Amino acid sequence: MNLYYYASPSTFYPLAGKLIPWFAALALILTVVGLYISFFLAPTDFQQGEGYRIIFIHVPAAWMSMFIYVVMAFWSAIGLAWNTRLSFVMARALAPTGAMFTFVALWTGAFWGKPMWGAWWVWDARLTSELILLFLYVGVMALQAAIDDPRRADRAGALLNLVGVVNVPVIYFSVKWWNTLHQGSSVSLTGAPSMARIMLWGMLIMALAAWMYTIAVALVRARSLVLERERQTDWARTLLEGKP
Amino acid sequence: MLKFLFTVIRRDVLLAARRRGDWLTAQFFFVMVVSMFPLGIGPEPSMLRTIGPGVVWVAALLASLLSLGRLFADDYRDGTLEQMLLSPYPNTLLALGKAIAHWIINGIPLLIIAPVLGIQFNLPAEALWILVLSLAIGTPILSLLGSIGAALTLGLRGGGVLVTLLILPLYVPALIFGAGAVEGVFSGTGPEAHLSLLGAFLILSLLLAPWVSAMALKVSVE
Repeated sequence: MNLYYYASPSTFYPLAGKLIPWFAALALILTVVGLYISFFLAPTDFQQGEGYRIIFIHVPAAWMSMFIYVVMAFWSAIGLAWNTRLSFVMARALAPTGAMFTFVALWTGAFWGKPMWGAWWVWDARLTSELILLFLYVGVMALQAAIDDPRRADRAGALLNLVGVVNVPVIYFSVKWWNTLHQGSSVSLTGAPSMARIMLWGMLIMALAAWMYTIAVALVRARSLVLERERQTDWARTLLEGKP
Repeated sequence: MLKFLFTVIRRDVLLAARRRGDWLTAQFFFVMVVSMFPLGIGPEPSMLRTIGPGVVWVAALLASLLSLGRLFADDYRDGTLEQMLLSPYPNTLLALGKAIAHWIINGIPLLIIAPVLGIQFNLPAEALWILVLSLAIGTPILSLLGSIGAALTLGLRGGGVLVTLLILPLYVPALIFGAGAVEGVFSGTGPEAHLSLLGAFLILSLLLAPWVSAMALKVSVE
């Protein structure tokens, strides 16, 4: 099968339509399972009490906020290099979800910070860089929204996207580089995690749920963007008006 | 190549010198924004000394943003920019020249005004030197990164506000290291670490920003 086959809007549109229900269903199931584990199976933390359960939302949201930005930058780079229309559509479709997850990470972090640190907000390296990430998302979306010509909007947004991507490693390593109030990571690829296994499972399942949700929502958004842009073409007209 | 760069710089500086009103607006904006803070916060000398470096730096960011609108816009409107982009020289040099000219016009005056404002904020002599030094390393960064924003928002409705939204997050490292260097004088850790980081950031933006803003110009003009 040729992978490039689906890079064409006319073939991508029906494929995305078929995939969306699957990803949406997976997102729903994983969220239910993940929330069940986080609220009923995971034990109470001996230091943080019940408040620690916020991490089951906070950590997946923070992961997704960074990951989505990198994926957007990836699509932007592909789009700028090979001039593929669909890559820009994907980058654009991901942006609102990424901004939403960044906001959720900051918001849940504030809720966690109040009982644990005694402050809603501190100007710590990780919090600040995550806030800048939110600004970067807003900047990319505002730039794309301000330009009427979709071709220029795509390219300008992609360039800004790529410039901003330097912030992501800064967020990721901020807890290592600086001595911050925000704690270091409890999960790593190499060492054993410094948390109970069941907590880790809850977090990973929630992260997977967030991932599936992102894919489903981005595909829905990409589909409507494709339809909007391809409204002049034959296949889109056939689809919209129901006649050949 | 170098001659082209110098021509671009010379032209922009000359144009600014002949339209002093435009040019002075940003400098007075800088002075006024800084002067608003003691009025709003109160004239407590020790408090002013703490917030002084940060206030001067934030005002420098805003003043540099204010003047970015005209970096490419005038040339774009009368079609000069298109002709310049068609020239046989690399567009990166054009973007670099424009950014350097912006720094000469808007950055250097800030360096001269900043110590006077620093005195208003009760900064000691040593801190004043570091403030000027940090601005000397930092303001070229503002012009270089700003040129990306100016190129991206070329000819858009409400481009001025938009450029603030796009570029301020990118200015954050310069602000942190710049104001941090002066802070280092007070706290006793010394300004060297922050100044080195600021220098590294300058080198990085000098390498990448003209290239990105040349690409952005192409996107905006085509």
